[in-house]
Amino acid sequence: MNSSKYIIGFTALLTAFVALVLSLMYTGLKDKHKQNELLFEKRAVLAAIQDKLGKDVASLDDAEIMDIFTKNVKQSVLDTKGNIVSEEDMIKNGYKGGKAENIDMKVEMRKPKDKRFLPLYTFKDKSGKDIYILRLFGKGLWDEISGYLALDSDKNTIVGASFDHKGETPGMGAEMKDNPKFRAQFKGKKIFDNSGKLVSINVRKGGAVDKEHDVDAISGATLTSDGITDMLKTSLENYYEFLKKTK
Amino acid sequence: MAEVKESKKALFPMTKKERKLLFDPLNDNNPVTVQVLGICSALAVTSMLLPSIVMAIAVTFVIAFSNLTISLLRNYIPKQVRMIVQLVVIAFLVTIVELTLKAYSYPVYKQLSVFIGLIITNCIVMGRLEAFAMANKPWQSFLDGIGNGLGYGIILIIISFIRELFGRGTLLSGTPLEMKIIGASSDFWIDTTTNPYFGWYVNNNLMVLPAAALFIMGLIIWYQRSKNSKLVDIS
Repeated sequence: MNSSKYIIGFTALLTAFVALVLSLMYTGLKDKHKQNELLFEKRAVLAAIQDKLGKDVASLDDAEIMDIFTKNVKQSVLDTKGNIVSEEDMIKNGYKGGKAENIDMKVEMRKPKDKRFLPLYTFKDKSGKDIYILRLFGKGLWDEISGYLALDSDKNTIVGASFDHKGETPGMGAEMKDNPKFRAQFKGKKIFDNSGKLVSINVRKGGAVDKEHDVDAISGATLTSDGITDMLKTSLENYYEFLKKTK
Repeated sequence: MAEVKESKKALFPMTKKERKLLFDPLNDNNPVTVQVLGICSALAVTSMLLPSIVMAIAVTFVIAFSNLTISLLRNYIPKQVRMIVQLVVIAFLVTIVELTLKAYSYPVYKQLSVFIGLIITNCIVMGRLEAFAMANKPWQSFLDGIGNGLGYGIILIIISFIRELFGRGTLLSGTPLEMKIIGASSDFWIDTTTNPYFGWYVNNNLMVLPAAALFIMGLIIWYQRSKNSKLVDIS
């Protein structure tokens, strides 16, 4: 048996050593981690406008992604009135900057509805038209689901969408991300009806009925599908004033 | 194992005991199929080959080096807190793996998500520390760790090979070596929409679910026991 002094000394020494090495490693790799996270998000953003790019985003390397972003994508932040918030104001509000990627939707969704800040990516396509890419965020069956929805310059027709999830069931709910056919259904759908009412997109069980506002649900994943419907609705409602503007 | 005569000089000269440490866990004493440890992660990460391979490497690294560390420290570790010390060492190595993956292989890190952190709770690691490293010399412990890591990895790779091939019709998806074998579009080698012999084939959705891994693992255990005479008497 060892004395208490020895045990305390041994564990303290071991813990101190482990803590030191890990914190050094963490600080050393921090920039690289941050860079990877941002690149991952950028890929997700571009996945929503994959058809406009004419290329599979997965086949692009990191440098090409950065290149498209610096040349063709403008990042801005909106308030719920639909106005662009300037960089200075965002920093005054305690954010790191006025870029869309500085916004964490998880934090924003906890705020009251009129106090939220919303990320907006504007992509200039070959003909000089603006494509608006909006952030989607909601709850699936098990955990967060999220995505990007790209709207044409009329702020009504969907150009494309990309989805991600944290913990949906593989082969079922996870199909929202893994199955390119689900994503492809969104192309060409409209979020407003003819009278100008925001109807969003319904992920309908049993197959799409309304040609303009419905997509087929994922079979075996009713709750994830309902989650996607809710996510689209609440997220688009956040952007409502912006979508109504200059339309 | 039959005695192999060392006619040529081996690259790494090993005694018979050391060779046994390294190769026994691959078959006769496999941590997954014989000792039935580490099942949870074997079910969870094996839906595709790439995460399985990364997981196998990560676990091998963690077992080998935690075995080595604990074996080096074994005479100094106070017996009353030995398990906590083992856990600290394991957690330390796992965090190193996690930080490294996040920095240099982000997509795989995303795919494995929580399961890297859960290597800490993988019973194989703790099991080897308690059963072997606490009582053996560093070099032997290190070999034992490598052997057990490989034994775990080989099962993972067999299972994920079957699951990815029959569940998605691809192999090594997510790597530059990606092979699209069979599926319903022209990207695949065997296109079921046009191929005259494979029109009936559809990917098996069960294979994508973790439950499939359990069935495959059961079949592997059955096969191994029927072939390996040393295992016949065990329960």
